[in-house]
Amino acid sequence: MNQAASNKTGGVGGDSGQSSSSTFKNGMRVALSTPGSILLASSAGFGALANDAGMSLFNAIFMMGVFFALPAQVVMMDQLARGGSIIGGALAVALTGVRLVPMMVTIMPLLGKPRSALPRRLAAAHFVAITAWLEGLRCLPKLPEHRRMTFFLGIGTGMVTATLVGTALGFELAESVPPAISAGLLFLTPIYFFLSLMAAARFKMDWLAIVIGALLGPPLYVLTPGLDLLFTGLIGGTVAYVAGRRFDGILEEEE
Amino acid sequence: MTDGLLTSPEGTLLILVIAILAHEPFRWLGLYLGHGLDAQSEIFAWVRAVATALVAGLVTRLVLFPVGALNEVSLLIRLTAFAAGIGIYLGTKRHLGAGVFGSASVLLAMQFLTQ
Repeated sequence: MNQAASNKTGGVGGDSGQSSSSTFKNGMRVALSTPGSILLASSAGFGALANDAGMSLFNAIFMMGVFFALPAQVVMMDQLARGGSIIGGALAVALTGVRLVPMMVTIMPLLGKPRSALPRRLAAAHFVAITAWLEGLRCLPKLPEHRRMTFFLGIGTGMVTATLVGTALGFELAESVPPAISAGLLFLTPIYFFLSLMAAARFKMDWLAIVIGALLGPPLYVLTPGLDLLFTGLIGGTVAYVAGRRFDGILEEEE
Repeated sequence: MTDGLLTSPEGTLLILVIAILAHEPFRWLGLYLGHGLDAQSEIFAWVRAVATALVAGLVTRLVLFPVGALNEVSLLIRLTAFAAGIGIYLGTKRHLGAGVFGSASVLLAMQFLTQ
């Protein structure tokens, strides 16, 4: 109980006699608090979106589990629903997946030494998406190194659970609730993505990419439907990179 | 690509194949690179910017050209709720939950009031 309370306030428990299973549970507890409720709701938004697009419940839940990254899922489902090409869908998915690389690169060193066994590292890798990444950056440095991997696996397990339940709930609710509530659920996904981008933005370049990408998205969708996200990312990101370099010179943390 | 892929076992297989071939490898690549490479390098700065712009573009597309029930909500309400979400997020010392749920609440409230 005390452990749970300290987790909520950002402390992640520093008692030394902690067993590995309670470290795992503490990770799950972090996952199921604030980020868990956002994930539950935003994956309910995804479930509602999947229902709306005409996807089966099984495929929606399966997609949530194997991707565990809402942008990729929304992109692929959108592509399927609008009848776009499979190659185009795979490319767009890959492009959203690219952003997982820097997240992975920044989270792996935090998972502590000695290096865990490969299956554990692959499992931890699968959990890395915006939310688990943010929580990992927040919580892991406060823990002794030998406990971090177990803790992170707990975070990830809790988050996956929340999203699978959320997807099923949203999928079912979308059919039975008033349209206004469905609209509210559908709205959770874009606002959650956008605020998460703001939360993860550290450099001027990030802010430029957010603004330019947001501005480029709609016109490119009208001009080049199907390839719009690819172009938005490449053009917007490159402009932001070049302009960001001008502003920052070198990558500097903003205060 | 047909509608059948959204519901069929073939669709399930396609989801799995695309996840394993086009998505999960980036996690493995990051796992591999994370043990030695510099996260502050130029290529990562560019990649990060591209990825960020892509998701930001997806966000505005979802807000401006929504599908389903959200399409029944007027553009003015969608934009107001979106701006409110950003405002609430910044006003609550960057509380993600407050911003996300506050935004959806504003959308719901405005939708009920104007119906």
